[in-house]
Amino acid sequence: MIQFEKVSKIYPPNSVAVQDVSFTISQGEFISLVGKSGAGKSTLLELFLREEFPSEGRVLFQGDDVHLIKDSLVPEFRRKVGAVFQDYKLLPNKTAYENIAYIMEVMGAGEEDIVRDVSEVLEIVGLIERAHHYPAQLSGGEKQRVAIARALIHRPDVIIADEPTGNLDPYHTRDIINLLIKINELGTTIMLATHNKEVINRLGKRVITLDGGRLMRDEEKGKFMI
Amino acid sequence: MYIAFQRVMRSGWEKFVRDKSSSSAALFVMVIVMSVATMLFFLQGASSFMIVSLEESVDISTYLKNTATQEEITLLKEELESLPEVREVTYVLREEALESFVELHKEDEVILESLEIVGQNPLLASLNIKAFSVNQYIAISEFLQNKSLASIISGVDYFDRAPVINRLSTLTAGIQNAVFLITLFAGLIAILVVFNTIRLTIYSSRDEIEIMRLVGASNWFIRGPFIIQGVIVGVLATLITTLVFFPLTLFVGIKLQAFAPGFELFSYFANNLLLIVFLQLLTGIGLGVVSSLLALRRYLKV
Repeated sequence: MIQFEKVSKIYPPNSVAVQDVSFTISQGEFISLVGKSGAGKSTLLELFLREEFPSEGRVLFQGDDVHLIKDSLVPEFRRKVGAVFQDYKLLPNKTAYENIAYIMEVMGAGEEDIVRDVSEVLEIVGLIERAHHYPAQLSGGEKQRVAIARALIHRPDVIIADEPTGNLDPYHTRDIINLLIKINELGTTIMLATHNKEVINRLGKRVITLDGGRLMRDEEKGKFMI
Repeated sequence: MYIAFQRVMRSGWEKFVRDKSSSSAALFVMVIVMSVATMLFFLQGASSFMIVSLEESVDISTYLKNTATQEEITLLKEELESLPEVREVTYVLREEALESFVELHKEDEVILESLEIVGQNPLLASLNIKAFSVNQYIAISEFLQNKSLASIISGVDYFDRAPVINRLSTLTAGIQNAVFLITLFAGLIAILVVFNTIRLTIYSSRDEIEIMRLVGASNWFIRGPFIIQGVIVGVLATLITTLVFFPLTLFVGIKLQAFAPGFELFSYFANNLLLIVFLQLLTGIGLGVVSSLLALRRYLKV
């Protein structure tokens, strides 16, 4: 489903973010990218989202090179992906409900579908009571649950999560990871970038370890080892 | 398509209402700019009025010999009227000239006594000529110098009045140039102020734009609300400026009478209200939309 083929990203003049990284992710997998800060985890996710272009190699999604997609078709590609970020990236002037509904509006869904699906997903993330609160009125954990609901609402083929628990306490961290596991069990592929040891060890799923931009290990049931 | 348009409209309105700080900053600046634009419009009106008043006060007279027949005078008047430079020709009879002369000098006993001593009307009949513009009098006077007219024309007073006419011509051209330069300069500053304000409000929304891009919103879905916000700001600024200028022109107009008698600012505003509102809308919406589009460009690179 997703392939990184000999991918390198070098920022001028010679700052290496990712070097010669190759791996494949199958449909329905839950993989964790681990490594210290600056190991290249976020760069790999940005390359996949087409926020960055590789200096070498290619990134394939469902057989297509994401960096060869025409500019006008990039929004359509991004709608196949759900994204969750450490800093939540919620629209500050929209309520929790509207943040989640926004992506369905972008896709041109009808009002009835939006009302039904957004309510359903708010129920799943346990935020139905907070639906009409703005991000500034929500706690960190609640914001991240809204972000997950937004990533989930349009039933994307894959969800990428870049340090989603980075700003959360252990209780909310467990909460968010449980949500991601639940989503994965429903068939969605998950790519999680984290440096949280407990999360990785608890998951017991595939772990790709990066160091200095290079792929160090790729283990089926990995542990956090840096 | 319709549903997307409806959503962009709603989103633009919500953006205007909820993003109070940037909306009010843009609205405030837009009202200032529109007020400047409206004042420039008044300046144009006042300068045109002043130029017309000055030009109205200028004319030249061609004095007709007593031997000139009525047919010759009528023919000359018609010929003058057919000149493209001539706006109006008035025939002044000798008797009318004397009446005006007496009326003008009724306080001056020496002149009145001299007239009595002369015993008859010493003044000539004349044709008073008004041109469309002060710099056209020279062409008219050259026409009157034509030798074929020497038998009926006794003289043309252009050459006596030329220095005054030339000074007026320089003055009106100076006023026109000054008004043009002020309009250009103030207009340019106004455009830059609006553009920079909108650029700043969009800069403060750059994270929002990035989020929209990342979740797969198309460029038009992102631009739309900003454009609608610009339109709302433009329309509201027009409304506020127009409402402010109603009492303002009434009050200032009274004061202005002392400096520019005859120029009624409030009537000028009321008579040109539709044009002013149209220009304000064009300025407000045009500047808002174009500035938004230009400022958004750098944040919409895929």
